[in-house]
Amino acid sequence: MTQFTHIGLGHFLALSAILFALGMGGVLTRRNALSVFMSIELMLNSANLAFASFARYTFTMSGHVFVFMAMVVAACEVAVGLAILLSIYRSRATLSLDELDLLKW
Amino acid sequence: MWIFTLKEGILSHVVLLPIVGALVIIFMPNARATAIRLVALITMLLGLVLGVWLWFAFDPATAQMQFQNPPVEWIAIAGVWIKYSLGLDGISLLLVELTLLLGPVVILSSWSAVTDKVKEYHVFLLLLQTGMLGAFTAIDLFLFYVFWELMLIPMYFLIGVWGGQRRIYAAIKFFLFTMAGSVLMLLAIIYLVYMTPGNSTFDLVLLTNNLSSNPLKPTVQFVCFAAFALAFAIKVPMFPFHTWLPDAHVEAPTAGSVILAGVLLKMGTYGFMRFAMPLFPYAAYEAVPIISILAIIGIIYGALVAMVQEDVKKLVAYSSVSHLGFVMLGLFALTQAGVQGSLIQMVNHGLSTGALFLLVGVVYERRHTRQISEFGGLSKVIPLYAVFFMLAVLSSVGLPGLNGFVGEFLILVGTYTAEAGQNVPLFAHPKIYAVLAATGVIFAACYLLWMFQRVMFGPVTKEANKKLKDLNAREVVYLTIIMVFVVWLGVYPSTFLSRSKKSVENFISVVERGRKITEERELGLASLSPAVPVEKEKHERDGQ
Amino acid sequence: MGHETAIEIVNQGQAAAYIALIPLLPFLGFLANGMGWIILRDKWPRMLVNVIAVSVVFISFALSVMAFLDLKALEEGAYLFVEPFKWIEAGGVDAPIKLVFDRLSAVMCLVVTGVGGLIHLYSTGYMSHDKSFARYFAYLNLFTFAMMLLVMGGNIVIMFVGWEGVGLCSYLLIGFWYEDPEKASAGKKAFVVNRIGDFGFLVGIFTIFWLMGTMDFAAMRDWVIAHPEVMSGKTLLGVSVATIIGIALFVGATGKSAQIPLYVWLPDAMAGPTPVSALIHAATMVTAGVYMIGRLNFIYAYSPAALMVVAGVGVVTALFSATIGFTQTDIKKVLAYSTVSQLGYMFTAMGVAAYAAGIFHLTTHAFFKALLFLGSGSVIHGLSGEQDMTKMGGLSKLMKITCWSMFAGYFAIAGFPGLAGFVSKDEILWKAYSNSVHPAQFNQIVYLIGLVAAVCTAIYMTRLMMLTFFTPSRMDPEVEHHVHESPWTMTVPLIALAILSAVGGIFNWPHALGGGASFEHWLHPMWMEVNTTHEAHGHASHAMEYVLMGLSVGLAVGAMASVAFLYYKYREKTAVIAERLGVLYRASLNKYWVDEIYETLVINPIKSISYYFLFRLFDANVIDGAVNGLAGLTKGLGHAGGRMHTGKVQTYALYIAIGLLVILTFYLGTR
Repeated sequence: MTQFTHIGLGHFLALSAILFALGMGGVLTRRNALSVFMSIELMLNSANLAFASFARYTFTMSGHVFVFMAMVVAACEVAVGLAILLSIYRSRATLSLDELDLLKW
Repeated sequence: MWIFTLKEGILSHVVLLPIVGALVIIFMPNARATAIRLVALITMLLGLVLGVWLWFAFDPATAQMQFQNPPVEWIAIAGVWIKYSLGLDGISLLLVELTLLLGPVVILSSWSAVTDKVKEYHVFLLLLQTGMLGAFTAIDLFLFYVFWELMLIPMYFLIGVWGGQRRIYAAIKFFLFTMAGSVLMLLAIIYLVYMTPGNSTFDLVLLTNNLSSNPLKPTVQFVCFAAFALAFAIKVPMFPFHTWLPDAHVEAPTAGSVILAGVLLKMGTYGFMRFAMPLFPYAAYEAVPIISILAIIGIIYGALVAMVQEDVKKLVAYSSVSHLGFVMLGLFALTQAGVQGSLIQMVNHGLSTGALFLLVGVVYERRHTRQISEFGGLSKVIPLYAVFFMLAVLSSVGLPGLNGFVGEFLILVGTYTAEAGQNVPLFAHPKIYAVLAATGVIFAACYLLWMFQRVMFGPVTKEANKKLKDLNAREVVYLTIIMVFVVWLGVYPSTFLSRSKKSVENFISVVERGRKITEERELGLASLSPAVPVEKEKHERDGQ
Repeated sequence: MGHETAIEIVNQGQAAAYIALIPLLPFLGFLANGMGWIILRDKWPRMLVNVIAVSVVFISFALSVMAFLDLKALEEGAYLFVEPFKWIEAGGVDAPIKLVFDRLSAVMCLVVTGVGGLIHLYSTGYMSHDKSFARYFAYLNLFTFAMMLLVMGGNIVIMFVGWEGVGLCSYLLIGFWYEDPEKASAGKKAFVVNRIGDFGFLVGIFTIFWLMGTMDFAAMRDWVIAHPEVMSGKTLLGVSVATIIGIALFVGATGKSAQIPLYVWLPDAMAGPTPVSALIHAATMVTAGVYMIGRLNFIYAYSPAALMVVAGVGVVTALFSATIGFTQTDIKKVLAYSTVSQLGYMFTAMGVAAYAAGIFHLTTHAFFKALLFLGSGSVIHGLSGEQDMTKMGGLSKLMKITCWSMFAGYFAIAGFPGLAGFVSKDEILWKAYSNSVHPAQFNQIVYLIGLVAAVCTAIYMTRLMMLTFFTPSRMDPEVEHHVHESPWTMTVPLIALAILSAVGGIFNWPHALGGGASFEHWLHPMWMEVNTTHEAHGHASHAMEYVLMGLSVGLAVGAMASVAFLYYKYREKTAVIAERLGVLYRASLNKYWVDEIYETLVINPIKSISYYFLFRLFDANVIDGAVNGLAGLTKGLGHAGGRMHTGKVQTYALYIAIGLLVILTFYLGTR
């Protein structure tokens, strides 16, 4: 029963996978751009979690570096992304992804 | 640092100067149009000054690359360094000088014609200049490719933004045609460098030496030659890849047409001379009948189609197809006279067709039409213009005493005296090539003089033509610059022929050697080489 | 002349820099007047133009005389030359700027600058009312320069430069009054037709260079002497090289010298000012082909076949164009066809290897045809531009000098005994009959055609003189009122040329009539004997010469007298005669519809094929069709693929997710 008492790498990765799947589900199904945006953050963080777990498991620092890197990028992305969403809302008065479909053939 | 020395840094100065000018212009306000034009002009003039220095510093006694910089390692791909290295020999010298000469001319020609987006226009012109100069001087195969593609983009915008009615169509057509060829060329370059043993370098001099003493298998040569040839043939343009040219010319602004005809087309013929033929000599020899026949079709076809054009610019564009046919024919005659003539003809075509486009631009600026039927009797109204127009037409017709004749004559003599293979069929006989090509001189007279007559002679029928203004001082200046060289090349071509002599000799011997070795090694045909009886005959002739 | 002597005379060139001035001076005149016209336009003083233009040509004439005297002092076969600088030099091709003054070019130089100078002088009067006189004289000087290059060129490329140069000037001067579309057209026609000939000339040059490896005349001659077996034995594509060269060069000559089938430009060339017709289209340029064959006689010497073509085309042209001359009413057109006919005579002479006779006829023709043209110009000038002979008449009293000087030319061309034309034309007919180059039957046919053509010449020239000067006046009263004799600048050249036409024959008075044939002796070292396979057919006796001479003189004088009588007494009958002749008359009047035939058979098909087949169908549909088809295919595929792009971000995300799953499945599945 050690598998249940000892929290190991597998648990972290499973959590990461669950979070990723949730995020992906959100990205694919939510209509509101803001929700999709938050779901993307969730996916990013699931990847971060996987990185951190591996770093812990292998006792190296490179995984942590990636996490920091991803966090910085995510922060920038939030800034730019929210700005874009804001300006889209200003010009289109909606954030429904179904209506934001100018970028097609 | 080598960059600060004239001997080694001069080519980098020549190539990069326009970019510096472009950078200056980028930081200028768009409203200061005249200042922008001045900066562009000064940049081009500085380039010309460097060109004059190059001309005199050039040593015509050697076929080696000159003014070479110590190669700078740039990018390593799979262990092979792409290097920034420039050099100049007698072949590229003439074309570099032509480019530098046309630089200030095109700036002057668009002084009052381009008033929209002046800043961007000049930035593109200067970038184009760098691209062309770089392509002519690059020794590194990959660097050449970079410059080759670099030329494409400014030209695309020049046609697409400052062009005529159907400019977008023409620009895209131009872009796609050129891209289609050059992608295949890139593949061939990569194959050559990475997949053939003993050739892992992009350095052209090394590659040429390798391949002429240790040539590739015939099949590999054919495939690679075909890929290179396609890229260059489209650029030349050879029949049947020529249809982008009339569209691009008609839609391009005057300066674009001048550069397109004057320099860009030469990139194709230069490519054949510098890359396709020396690198794959056996394939080049085997391709002589195909290329020659296509060249002759181009000469006659271009001339006939030019004859029936209603638009002056389109007429001149088709005449380019005809003239470049001569260049290709001379190049593939592979005789000293033919190749030197072809090189001179490249310069000639740049000057005389450039002049024709400039002159068409002059009336277009005043009348906003190029239809022949819209004109008539202009000689009476604008006599000074008529003098320059006549000179340009005559030079294009190939009148002795002007430049066109020297090139055409040498090409035809070179082709006529080229050795025929043994038992060749009649259609592959160089004498037949020369005779057929010589009919081009008849057609040239037909279409150019007929056009001249319809535009310049007869009564002035259109009201709008009665008040046309004659050339102004600026126009006289740039046309005179070209005409000086038109006459110079016609009367004293030795100035130019002597500088390319050694390099052309070297070019022919490299191709010859490469072909012989390929034949001996792969086909065991050494005993059948047709060069032997001709040599013997020459001895007899010298002996008497 | 045997081969041995020929080898001796080689390389007897003497450097003489001053002969470069002979062409250079007219060129400077061209520059001065040309620049003056471009920069100052009408303000460039007329007097200065006249003085510059005329004096440069006369100084050139003086220099030619000087060079002639220098040359005379040298031994036979020597020549003067100057080689200022290298011109085209690449891979064995070596064509320096080289001018040569030998016995042949001496004759040509004297004729061109002498007659040319007189015509320049005449032009100062004729063009005195024209606004563009500076341009006119610039062109005329440029022409003289090009013509001098042609005749003095030391290698065939320089000759070709002159050859094309004179063609250019001809183009510019025919279209001098370019506001008239017809005149501009005539100029272009001349240039294009000449270019067809030049194509042949170029092929000839290439073959010479390929064969001999040189383009220098002296070196070519040496080569031919050293390689007689190659000249007569070597073939190219089954034809003897000498014949190929000979025929190709003759194609050039038919263009420049207006022979069948390329003569069509010359009658149209009369659109130019009349002095131009006299100088370029009668006296000098059109004879370039004759000169060229004379210059290269050492090549023709090895090809009797080529010579036969030359003689045949020449004599047929002589008769053919003479018959057109019967019916033309434009005075200049009659003279134009007459020129074509006389050029035919010259080629006949060259073709039977009577080179000296051909060149001598060239010289006398330059005198009398220039005279006739200038005379007609004087008439046209006096009649305020009228050229139609049916609207002239009775001018003998109003324009005495013109009339009587033209008479000398008329008698000369018609072959009246004693005058220049008689001497030269009779020599040609005699040589055509008696030469040993061609088979006897050929000679007899050529002689016969030549004789008929001579009679024709007498007839149409008599008609011209009668209609213009002696029949009752049919002039517009308005025009008649203004008729005046021309100024001295125009009459002096007329008189000078009249004297030359009258007494020019003494330069080559035949042995048969007790003369010295000095012209023939002067040129003799230039020629090489024809390498023919025929036996000489019998010795041609003086007796036979007298008989033939009498025959041609009798026929010519008879024709002159009867036609003159017809026009004097029964002029109204001429219309009846024309009526009776029916289709023959119309054929002659319409110039045998040759222009129309060329138009329908050659020009229009080329234009239609170029436009409809090549441009519209091939370029636009086949090539661009293929390209556009490819583009269309790509576009279609793109459109099909584009349907996947709904523009909805979530669809794209779904694709990504599916892609991820596929990759994962693949990755895990293959483990």
